[in-house]
Amino acid sequence: MTVTVRDLAHARAGDKGNWVNVSVIAHDVSGYEWLLQELTEVRVLAAFASVARGPVRRYELTQLQAMNFVIENIRGGSVTQTVALDIHGKSLGTLMLAIRLFGNEPHPG
Amino acid sequence: MDREKLRIGSGAGFAGDRWEPAVELVEHGDIDVLAFECLAERTIARETLALRRGDGPGYSPKLEARFRAVLPGCAAKGIRVITNMGAAAPLAAARAACDIAAELELDNFFCAVVLGDDVQAVLLERPELTLLETGEPLESILPRMASANAYLGADAIVEALASDAPIVITGRVADPSLFVAPLLHAFGWSYDDYAKLAQATAAGHLLECAGQVTGGYFADPGVKDVPALARLGFPFADVSADGDVIIGKVLEAGGRVDRQTCTEQLLYEVDDPSGYITPDCVLDMSDISLSEIARDRVRLGGAHARSRTPTYKVSVGYFDGFLGEGELSYGGPNAVTRARLAGEIVKERLALRGFTFDDLRIDLIGLDSLHGPGEGRPEPYEVRLRVAGRTAFREAAEAVGWEVSALYTNGPSGGAGDFANVREILAVQSVLLPRELVPTWVKLVTAP
Repeated sequence: MTVTVRDLAHARAGDKGNWVNVSVIAHDVSGYEWLLQELTEVRVLAAFASVARGPVRRYELTQLQAMNFVIENIRGGSVTQTVALDIHGKSLGTLMLAIRLFGNEPHPG
Repeated sequence: MDREKLRIGSGAGFAGDRWEPAVELVEHGDIDVLAFECLAERTIARETLALRRGDGPGYSPKLEARFRAVLPGCAAKGIRVITNMGAAAPLAAARAACDIAAELELDNFFCAVVLGDDVQAVLLERPELTLLETGEPLESILPRMASANAYLGADAIVEALASDAPIVITGRVADPSLFVAPLLHAFGWSYDDYAKLAQATAAGHLLECAGQVTGGYFADPGVKDVPALARLGFPFADVSADGDVIIGKVLEAGGRVDRQTCTEQLLYEVDDPSGYITPDCVLDMSDISLSEIARDRVRLGGAHARSRTPTYKVSVGYFDGFLGEGELSYGGPNAVTRARLAGEIVKERLALRGFTFDDLRIDLIGLDSLHGPGEGRPEPYEVRLRVAGRTAFREAAEAVGWEVSALYTNGPSGGAGDFANVREILAVQSVLLPRELVPTWVKLVTAP
């Protein structure tokens, strides 16, 4: 069964210079635990390969059931130089939500 | 000052933000202080340039409209205003505010202006500084420098608040500091009271983008619904003298304030959550908790902080050539293939004419312009070709839109709705400057 990040969490993208961050906030504890296991730095970098070179760093905030992904070296450079349409990377939160996680569905919390 | 609680409203989250929500906070929000954050990374470079070329006042273009909208209410209720709308010309901004106050016949009006953020002269003598983004010496962009501004902290604003001016106007300050300053002023907190600085900085960070914590930049219909987005309310924070923080909004306003909106905004534009650096402290979000205590009321707790760093971050704006853009739409059968052909033609034309670009990008809006190419996406019924090039030469940048428009009669069938644009690129990089090289001071400006 295929689960997307959007089934388990919500997300927001922000930028500074030539990196973007995307927070991923789980709807519940079981979703958070599943995401901790499945939504790795490697998987996120693969999903973002067309827009960033990486590396990707993941930070965990357990009490908020949230992770913060920092994705470095956005292709095309920083908000002030890029020729991309989405100069701030505002749309990249939805790229995160579209990531498909293969495997068993998490047990209901 | 011996007060128990201060309520600070957030009146704007960027230079072009709506102004009705600020009026709503003044009229119905029961606020003590109203802060407007209107200075994105590049805005000050743009305003510095406008000032130098004589085609702008150097301060935030919407300043007059915002002040006209809120000053009568603020004066009547004794609400103090703090804003970075001064941009590249804080003194001129204060004079404009005084003119408006005179027009509105407000009594005892004056502004306190925070100065010292413009450090171009300091940087000219320090070409050896390292640019944080590229690691190159500052020298490499110094000849093209358009602006250089240090992110000042709350202490500079506190000095201005001590004057009792109804309005405090600044140039570049760190966004959360606009909110930390009135708390330091009201409660007399010191810079080594890290627990309170942490709570204040976290609150300021939640408020600095205004509507982004009340349901803006959030809705995903069917999954994350937000009521009445056309009447989105802006947030306020209730902060007590002991550092308790509650985020809220006017209940009748559109939007929502809850754990979800607050968590998204807490992590917005954050790198390592355990080390969020501002000029006032290094905030550690690791143990922050957010709890819903009532409808549209969220309590923030558990923020920690370490001592502020010995340096200021300085944004250096510099000229980095030109951006040329052109767009044209294609629809119906084979639209994607025709748009692709059109893009290839433009690329070849630009090469034939001898133009070169540091970066030339061809997008099909509707297919791959936001997230790049991807597998398994359905082909859209219509797409919009976008060609964008960055170059040191204005002529080359102009050729981009020109060649896209010329596709009307020379390109694939059915090209529709052209758009062409050229703009000068103001890029921004950063350096760190020791605090002792950045003196700050306050100047009072009174109505004529």
